Amino acid sequence: MIESPHETGYNFAYLDEQTKRMIRRAIMKAIAIPGYQVPFAAREMPMPHGWGTGGVQLTAALLGPEDVLKVIDQGADDTTNAVSIRQFFQKTAGIATTTRTDEASIIQTRHRIPEMPLKAGQILVYQVPIPEPLRFLEPRETETRKMHALEEYGLMHVKLYEDIARHGYIATTYAYPVRVEGRYVMDPSPIPKFDNPKMQMSPALQLFGAGREKRIYAIAPHTRVASLDFDDHPFKINRFDRPCALCGGEGVYLDEVLMDDRGQRMFVCSDTSYCESRRAMGHGPVDASAEPAR
Amino acid sequence: MNAPNRPELSQDTELPLMQVRGLTRYFGARPGCIDVSFDVFAGEVLAIVGESGSGKSTLLSLISAQLKPDQGAVHYQMRDGVNRNVLELNEAEQRLLMRTDWGFVHQDPAMGLRMGISAGANIGERLMAIGARHYGDIRSAAQSWLTCVEIEPDRIDDLPKAFSGGMRQRLQFARNLVTQPRLIFMDEPTGGLDVSVQARLLDLLRELAANLGLAVIIVTHDLGVARILSHRILVMRRGRVIEQGLTDQVLDDPQEPYTQLLVSSILQA
Amino acid sequence: MPGDFEKAMVRVENASKTFVMHLQGGTRLPAVAHARFTAVRGECLVLAGPSGIGKSSLLKMIYGNYRCDSGAIHVHHQGRYIDVAQASARMILRLRLETVGYVSQFLRVMPRVSAFDVVCASAKAQGMNDALARTETAELLDRLHLPKRLWNLPPATFSGGEQQRINIARGFISDHPVLLLDEPTASLDAANCAVVVELIAEKKRAGVAMIGVFHDHEMREKIADRVIDVSQFSAREENCG
Repeated sequence: MIESPHETGYNFAYLDEQTKRMIRRAIMKAIAIPGYQVPFAAREMPMPHGWGTGGVQLTAALLGPEDVLKVIDQGADDTTNAVSIRQFFQKTAGIATTTRTDEASIIQTRHRIPEMPLKAGQILVYQVPIPEPLRFLEPRETETRKMHALEEYGLMHVKLYEDIARHGYIATTYAYPVRVEGRYVMDPSPIPKFDNPKMQMSPALQLFGAGREKRIYAIAPHTRVASLDFDDHPFKINRFDRPCALCGGEGVYLDEVLMDDRGQRMFVCSDTSYCESRRAMGHGPVDASAEPAR
Repeated sequence: MNAPNRPELSQDTELPLMQVRGLTRYFGARPGCIDVSFDVFAGEVLAIVGESGSGKSTLLSLISAQLKPDQGAVHYQMRDGVNRNVLELNEAEQRLLMRTDWGFVHQDPAMGLRMGISAGANIGERLMAIGARHYGDIRSAAQSWLTCVEIEPDRIDDLPKAFSGGMRQRLQFARNLVTQPRLIFMDEPTGGLDVSVQARLLDLLRELAANLGLAVIIVTHDLGVARILSHRILVMRRGRVIEQGLTDQVLDDPQEPYTQLLVSSILQA
Repeated sequence: MPGDFEKAMVRVENASKTFVMHLQGGTRLPAVAHARFTAVRGECLVLAGPSGIGKSSLLKMIYGNYRCDSGAIHVHHQGRYIDVAQASARMILRLRLETVGYVSQFLRVMPRVSAFDVVCASAKAQGMNDALARTETAELLDRLHLPKRLWNLPPATFSGGEQQRINIARGFISDHPVLLLDEPTASLDAANCAVVVELIAEKKRAGVAMIGVFHDHEMREKIADRVIDVSQFSAREENCG
């Protein structure tokens, strides 16, 4: 029994039931084979590619009337992309939305994993531009699929080797490749590598959707996710040398914000909801004079 | 009355590294390769010569498991000593063989190298593919192989694009040799290079093959290359091996009309 | 010991060779017919006869460079006889490595290998250690009056006589029990010819069986223990009859 859509003229959550079933089957398969890219018949969505059509189709297939949806773009709930996707589902599914990570049952994201640890029962939906981690080194799809099938992942290390040879360290800072449950090498979408450790053994279900490339992949809850590295150049995440200028949060991912056209800038939480909740709890700048940077 | 000895049987107890038997492959009605059989032993350089279209490149693709034959077998003595029909290995096994115990040097370095990544990574790729995970070790292996193929080790971070044709070929050698293969396939490795560059490459190849005890199967239309490098030679015409034997014997005392024609067509320097 | 010493190193038995020139309408050029002779340890056998009679062809047949159409060519190798006419390519290569050396008039060289290394490699091919090989190479090149300035150059640009001395050094430095000499002194001066005479005498003392072709009478007198007239094996008359 499908609830009548909030906005008349559309099926619940925009996609027709057949399509949603097809996507759910792909999701089931993706969960069963963590890290494996499952092809699916991606539909055209009423938004351009590159705006998260893969993620939107996943969300549409997952949503039930009771779900609470959060959408973030680069960690922020209030950017154009996030707002329009949230409104899209409000209109077509009439579901509740939130900006709070802990309230959401489904979080669709572009380029970030929320700072607040996810819980069992939550689903994180990633928007993926290019799902194939081997693509930049091996342009032939026939070949990359064979490489996945035969676990030939030497090329991924070739890429990291090149990084070290050129920069002295692994300079890849986002879309940093991971190996899932010791089997498939996966592109975690362009999240900063800062977020990579959050994927490891997460109690939440993580789903990845690439609309243009028509691929879905998944990390089931409590799955091992290891970032690739060398023995003598182990995976390291970048630590910020200062707290958030607004909430004083430490050990979180910060964005640089330009304050004026004289070069005044500050570093603030990229996860706006996390920042706001900390401030609501009374946290503030560690040192009031700390904002202005050189 | 001949002396009653059978030298081959009594001394050649060593098994061939590769035994090719009855390889046949048609492309539609056109024969690519017909009933080709031969052996290759460890440390031996075998040249396959013939004009374009004679089937020599098809033969190379067949024995290196890149093309499936209609009939025939390619037995190979694996590193563990077990003799396997390469054509019956599964794809994963074939590909593993190709990047560990075998090498393939292409005429066009762009086919054998990754032109967009550094020389060091080109060499290191095979090591990383079989699980090498220590950057420093991979890098020093790459450096020592660069030296072996006479490329300055300080070129390690340069792209193959910045290399000359001869250097690219030498880089291909290094890329293949890093896993210490026992058999290398070569398809016209000196084709398209200047004569002086060719000479250097041939000399290097000869040295490497001898010092490393490599078996090499080299396809060439250049009888001069075959003479300098190979111990034995197969002459192909219209998909068949029409004459084979000791290289200098076949070139100095050719029996078949076609071989005589080939030999008499060489420009003498 | 004396019996062993006199053992036949090469036995040519009824060996025949005809060239078929397919590019000239299948013209048959008989080169050698029913050749039959034996070379024993410590002797130098000289093949004689007018040019074109098949002397060089016979040497090449023994070396396995030319095929033998019929008959047999037994070479004593590691305690037994190998029939070169029937031997596999690999067997012939082994024979060349361990038993049969060949000194020709012409030097076929690798483009970049120096004269010294050409000779040294020949010594090392049979297992001589590097230091000894280098010492012996230097001694031999000295004996053959090859100027030191040439030692580290590739021989491709050398004169005929210089190249020939490299060839001689390469052939004589190795320890083959059988040595085939195909006019090795053709373009040498008297002084170097004299060195070759000495080298051949040393090989004889070492028990090496040599079969050679020498056009120079004086040279032949000095080195030959026996002379075989190859025209008796010539196929010409057989052709007429």
